[in-house]
Amino acid sequence: MTTTLALNMRNMRTMGYWRAVSVVSLTLLSVACTSKSASVATLKPTGFGTAIVESSGGKQLGATGTALAQPLVVQVNDEQGNAVTGAAVEFKGPSGVSFDPASGLTDSSGQLSTNVTLGDIAGRYQLLATTPTKAQKSVELKVEEIALGYQQQVGYQLDNKYCARCHNPESSPERVSNYDNLEVKPHPFTEGDTLNKMSDDDLKNIIGHGGPALNKSALMPPYGYTLSKTEIDALIAYIRSISDPPYHASGLVYAQK
Amino acid sequence: MQSSSQSSKTTLSSLWQILFGHPVRAFGTVSILLLILMAIAPAKNHFSEWRHYQHKYLSLIRGRGDAVSLERRFHDHDGIQQIWLPQLGVVDRCTTCHTGLKEASLSDVNTQPFRRHPVIPHTLDQYGCVMCHRGQGPATTMEEAHSSTAAWEQPILPARYVQSSCGQCHHTPLTGAPQLNAGRNMLGRYGCVHCHTIKMADGSTMKPTDDPPSLQHIADKTTREWVYAWLKDPQAYAVTSTMPNFKLSDADARDISAFLIATSTPVAGDTAPATGGKAPDATEGASLYGESFCATCHAVQNAAGNVVGGDIGPELTRVGTKVKPEWLRGWLRNPRVYDPGTAMPHYRFNDPQVSLLTAFLGNKADADFLANVHLDAATPEQIAHGKLLVTENGCASCHEINGVKKPDNFAPELTRIGSKPLTQILFLPGMEHSLPDYIAAKIRNPRSFGPALKMPQYTFAPAQVDALTTALLSLTDRAHDLPAAMTVPAKPVSNYQPAGKAGQLMSDLACFSCHVINGRGSDLAPDLTWEGSSVQRAWLQSFLKNPGTLRPALIRRMPRFNLSDSDANELTDYIMTVYQTPAFDRDSMPTSGYPAAQVEQGKQLFYSKYGCQSCHIVDTKVDKGYIGPTLTQVGSRLTAPWVYHWLKDPQSLRPGTIEPNRSMSDEDARALTAFLMTQKGSGKQEAKK
Repeated sequence: MTTTLALNMRNMRTMGYWRAVSVVSLTLLSVACTSKSASVATLKPTGFGTAIVESSGGKQLGATGTALAQPLVVQVNDEQGNAVTGAAVEFKGPSGVSFDPASGLTDSSGQLSTNVTLGDIAGRYQLLATTPTKAQKSVELKVEEIALGYQQQVGYQLDNKYCARCHNPESSPERVSNYDNLEVKPHPFTEGDTLNKMSDDDLKNIIGHGGPALNKSALMPPYGYTLSKTEIDALIAYIRSISDPPYHASGLVYAQK
Repeated sequence: MQSSSQSSKTTLSSLWQILFGHPVRAFGTVSILLLILMAIAPAKNHFSEWRHYQHKYLSLIRGRGDAVSLERRFHDHDGIQQIWLPQLGVVDRCTTCHTGLKEASLSDVNTQPFRRHPVIPHTLDQYGCVMCHRGQGPATTMEEAHSSTAAWEQPILPARYVQSSCGQCHHTPLTGAPQLNAGRNMLGRYGCVHCHTIKMADGSTMKPTDDPPSLQHIADKTTREWVYAWLKDPQAYAVTSTMPNFKLSDADARDISAFLIATSTPVAGDTAPATGGKAPDATEGASLYGESFCATCHAVQNAAGNVVGGDIGPELTRVGTKVKPEWLRGWLRNPRVYDPGTAMPHYRFNDPQVSLLTAFLGNKADADFLANVHLDAATPEQIAHGKLLVTENGCASCHEINGVKKPDNFAPELTRIGSKPLTQILFLPGMEHSLPDYIAAKIRNPRSFGPALKMPQYTFAPAQVDALTTALLSLTDRAHDLPAAMTVPAKPVSNYQPAGKAGQLMSDLACFSCHVINGRGSDLAPDLTWEGSSVQRAWLQSFLKNPGTLRPALIRRMPRFNLSDSDANELTDYIMTVYQTPAFDRDSMPTSGYPAAQVEQGKQLFYSKYGCQSCHIVDTKVDKGYIGPTLTQVGSRLTAPWVYHWLKDPQSLRPGTIEPNRSMSDEDARALTAFLMTQKGSGKQEAKK
């Protein structure tokens, strides 16, 4: 700023009166611009791989703006599929996503772990992990995580309490799935091929009035006298947010298209 | 240097000549400057940031399908907008720039400040913006509204902590704020509130929930070597341990262990010698451990490194390295001798069972844990120094220790930490000057703020640090100053304690460790407040003696306490008499003798109309559902009025149960009750045929 002012003053002698006045006033009026530049730390890799794969931490659900429960762990391998130590890995995501650390070298088992904090818009976040190869190219890995907004998060908890025992075929000692015991199999909520074709009203009806409301199995009981309207809306918002393939309808925000 | 200052001097004097060299010129210059000065105010308004955003918003909506209605709604409210809520102290002008907050059709817009607000239970007009997001409501530039400035220091709350704002008004657990709930639980679970006082808005003080053991008789239980190794690194002994690491030097750990062992007093009867006899069998021990459902409360780390089991009692992975066998024997015989207030039930094991479990647990040892611990006999100086260290480190804030008084307010009070002024905080160099970052850094690594600080090191995952930070940020001035009518108060704590012999038995069996009765207890197992209206006497008596399986899919089940007949009778009598619902009389409907037609109608309803078999089993050959309890013997387990009222409205009898309310007609409920009451258990059913 001071240099511009000095430069203007130096030009002053060759200027006319009006130009001098206007330059001075313009300079004084434009006292408001600052810019910051970010610096990128460079890593010195000691190893180079040809492939990067996900070890764990993909396809997690987390609340918007919060750290995911599990770290994202990626592994760099060479042509023979052996883990590469000391390969540089860089993580990138849509704006709002942060990584701790954002880049680093793989450890002795060829892995690098990072804690991911999702952005504050609900939706799918495509994360990118890249590692340079010896040939100065880079290979990348795409991992998807889902951020749940307030409404979807309420739905997620309702799903855990009321629905998942039948609708989620995954069984664990803590929560044994009832899926296999049912004669008519319920649709897992990720089953986008089927559920994406159903309108919000259809979902509302089947949750509120049970399977027979849509001429489906009576094994699906009605929850309209147990859950409130807001809760059923939340459940639908959650079902829409996790469906695979993604549910495309006006009313859903995608962090990255 | 000199020449440059020389040249700038000449420049300045020539500028002066041009502008003021002649009176007319000077007059002109002053007039122009005056004009410029007068133009500043309207120019600032015209070029203001918020006008810029409103113009951008207009060009954004112009291309959209519903542009006309969007524009009309915008022009109804252009200019500076304000939400004024005097009772909350809210003056928010955020909607001046955030123009699309209420526009549902803008849900695909990702650019700020035009994004639609996500669906939440509150409306903008009711609560404004800063109640949840903080920041400066009255500001009209982004810089002043979002960041902390010299005059205003309250910046926008990062989205990751936004649930803390819910906690300002809501003092009960909230479905929509799991992070806040988790953080609040951690304050009790990790014993933060042993040292830090946190007063709640209703005047009560937050209570710890971790129950750290008394160290008054520690020498009966374990060795000085174990205490030393534990003090050095608690997580090396048990990964799930909630005891933090105090980063003690070898000499300090040596002296503290010397003092704790020296100050310990013995308890009569808390140890028992080995009974001899044949060596207990390892598989029998394992099956007794399983049958007694020890894993409901205690976890063990398996070969894969996964911790499996509950977290109510301590992890037992290396327990054989810790406890003395004679103490373990005494503890298994009756834990209440050593610790009268323990959450562990008194199992009434017989001597062979005690030996089996002692041997089984004794084998859960890890020789490496104590391999490098070699302590010489303690000197009086070491013991005295140990006592000093115990006082300095505030050990007695959590643990009872002979000869050391529990200190009051050992650490700073955190009642209003969420509103702590930034000027009162010493930040580390290079750290961002924000309250959330400061709190998170303190939790993550307290000693980074100074090696002499006493706060110990916890091992929290990043999500746990966020949760704890969220809970602490909710403790604001506003949380305390809001009128009571505008908050959701915490549920009052129930100190329910049944009287008499039954009450003593219930304490001895630690019923409250799993069950809730009259508001007190843990929610691991069903609420027993109305159990006397729910079950039949004969069933309850036999269940207490020998608990059977009601829900086959559960891994945490009621253990067998080896009760005597008289104890089981005492408890049954008490439950049947006292724990009754006022909603109905348990003898108002018969347990059997329903007309066959009604039973048949009930069966039809069970299988076709209501599809009950998706969750319940009545006929083990056909039905497979095992979400709800198995109903094969429900007719001899439950009372008919309970079944009837349950079918009509399950949530009225047990709030929060997942059994859906079917809004059943009276006739259907009676028929289903009739059908269910004929399910008297497989033995009797076969006899009937």
